Amino acid sequence: MDFMMNFPFITIVLSLFSSVIAYALKGKQARFVSYSLLGICSLLHLGVLFYNLTGDGYFVYRMGHYDAPIGNEISAGLLEPFFALLFSLVMLFSLLGGAKRIFSDLEEGKYKLFYVMVNLVHAALAALAYTNDIFTGYVFIEICTIASCALLMARSHGKSLVAATRYMIFSLMGSGLVLIGIILLYSITGHLLFPQMYESVQSLWTSGEYRIPLTVAIGLLVSGLAIKSGLFPFHFWMPDTYGTATPAASAILSGVVSKGYIFFLLKLVFRVIGFEVFVSSGIQSVLFALGILGMIFGSVSAIRTNNINFMIAFSSAAQIGYIYMGLGLGTKEAVISLLFQILAHALTKPMLFLAASKLSDTASGAQDFASLHSSAHDHLFAGLGYSVGALSMVGIPIFVGFVPKLFFAMAAFGHGLQTYCVLIALAISTILNVVYFLRTLINIYSPPTRKVTRRHFVFQTDRLFCVMMVLMLVVNVALGLCSQPVVNLFDAGFDLFLFVR
Amino acid sequence: MNLLHNYEELVAMILFAIGFTMLVFSRNLIKKIMGLNIMDTGVFLFLASMGYVAGKETPIVPPTGQVEAGDYINLIPSGLVLTGIVVSVSVSALMLALTVQLYKRYHTLNLDEIYLKAYGGEK
Repeated sequence: MDFMMNFPFITIVLSLFSSVIAYALKGKQARFVSYSLLGICSLLHLGVLFYNLTGDGYFVYRMGHYDAPIGNEISAGLLEPFFALLFSLVMLFSLLGGAKRIFSDLEEGKYKLFYVMVNLVHAALAALAYTNDIFTGYVFIEICTIASCALLMARSHGKSLVAATRYMIFSLMGSGLVLIGIILLYSITGHLLFPQMYESVQSLWTSGEYRIPLTVAIGLLVSGLAIKSGLFPFHFWMPDTYGTATPAASAILSGVVSKGYIFFLLKLVFRVIGFEVFVSSGIQSVLFALGILGMIFGSVSAIRTNNINFMIAFSSAAQIGYIYMGLGLGTKEAVISLLFQILAHALTKPMLFLAASKLSDTASGAQDFASLHSSAHDHLFAGLGYSVGALSMVGIPIFVGFVPKLFFAMAAFGHGLQTYCVLIALAISTILNVVYFLRTLINIYSPPTRKVTRRHFVFQTDRLFCVMMVLMLVVNVALGLCSQPVVNLFDAGFDLFLFVR
Repeated sequence: MNLLHNYEELVAMILFAIGFTMLVFSRNLIKKIMGLNIMDTGVFLFLASMGYVAGKETPIVPPTGQVEAGDYINLIPSGLVLTGIVVSVSVSALMLALTVQLYKRYHTLNLDEIYLKAYGGEK
């Protein structure tokens, strides 16, 4: 066994241990541990990705070299390390970009605990990306839920506590459904590891045995993870959650935590249930309908709100709708589009939350549109970051957000009624996106009616934030202009996902 | 007849449904946490009954050291129940901590009232 094969396991264990270590340290040292952890883990994920790109493309790591049913497994193809890398990098960017606000928003005693929880979230996301065991997946879903809730609670603000409670209740509903779904599936198949479960599910579905319990189990798993990731109509926890946390926590929660759950759902659909069984169960059509509704109603809610953070949060609900619509379409092209949508949203949403927080700072913390009038003149980099994020979300060519929209439209052709539904929903959603993002852009760039004070001092006082905004902008444009290598990687990775176990 | 034969699973499902309903519809935070625990208990009962094989022993190796796998009940569900209990306790503790914080701040356990006090018609 090559040493590289240990890397996925090392990233998970390193994250768990660094949480313990960070707890024993002082605030700034704990922060340093988190930065180092995310940097090192990004390199390790990159190592695994290159190892698979240049080698067989896929490996299974047996923990302690025990076979099923005692043993536990980790597997890595191309998609697993890619998305684990994405999660680590976005978390690092979000922490660096929001570092100043974390320091000012949190009480001294909670500062290091925030970073302890960040490390735990990272451990959970890495485990969700790599695990080959369904119950391990459940345990890390719960670890992710608890740590995410703690990130929300870190800001001792009444609204944050209320938001954390709502988030926790919705998350627990989702976890409960996932757990009972896993247990039902285990009781039918007798296995917990993905490859064995897959074989069992295929043979049972072909023979027609346990078809109803199997459909119920699939429905429970999908609905549980859909609630946790914020699919319409379960998206009402999003504005409170993303709108009241410290910006770095909002960026992490909206950018990567919801994507971690979605990636785990994709693993279940393609590696446990099997795509043919998933399509035959009829749940795919429900996801398609909810995805389409989410795309439209998420945007409508975003237009109706008067708070910039709530607007970005509702926009997340619409973007999550795109992902489920892609899953509902059920073709390889649609799945590649949804993988790109995950990438685009994970890169863009943190940028929007971090930029919006800085714009709001210029208005003494106010988040309503009237107070944010001409705020981009006070903070040029925040204005730039917000503009790029907004244009990317709208789907303007050259930005990363354009690519999945184009791919979704192309993937929709040849599906009869579904083609019209997708194209009309894409058109309506894009128009609505333009309405609410353009409204804020016009608002923040309106000519100032007062003296602009901070304009020339922003870079000196907020260097890290400005660098992160420029970096995110470069990545956004680079992926928007040069998307084909990533699409090729998704294509090859999806084949491995489907056919190699 | 089947339902009577599988009465443990039936009770587990009823418990899960009661707990889930309490978690979703009760406005009182403590009742929500109770619902969460009832829901989890339903799942654990389902798991435990699934792993139980009538007439078989607890999966603990005797002092003589002689082990015959067929003599024992299925040990995997027992392991899952233990893991699930740890998760459930952690989640309950966090929810209780949140409830204490909210009660100290808003002097009520009703989620609607807490929400009104926190936001005051802001949205």
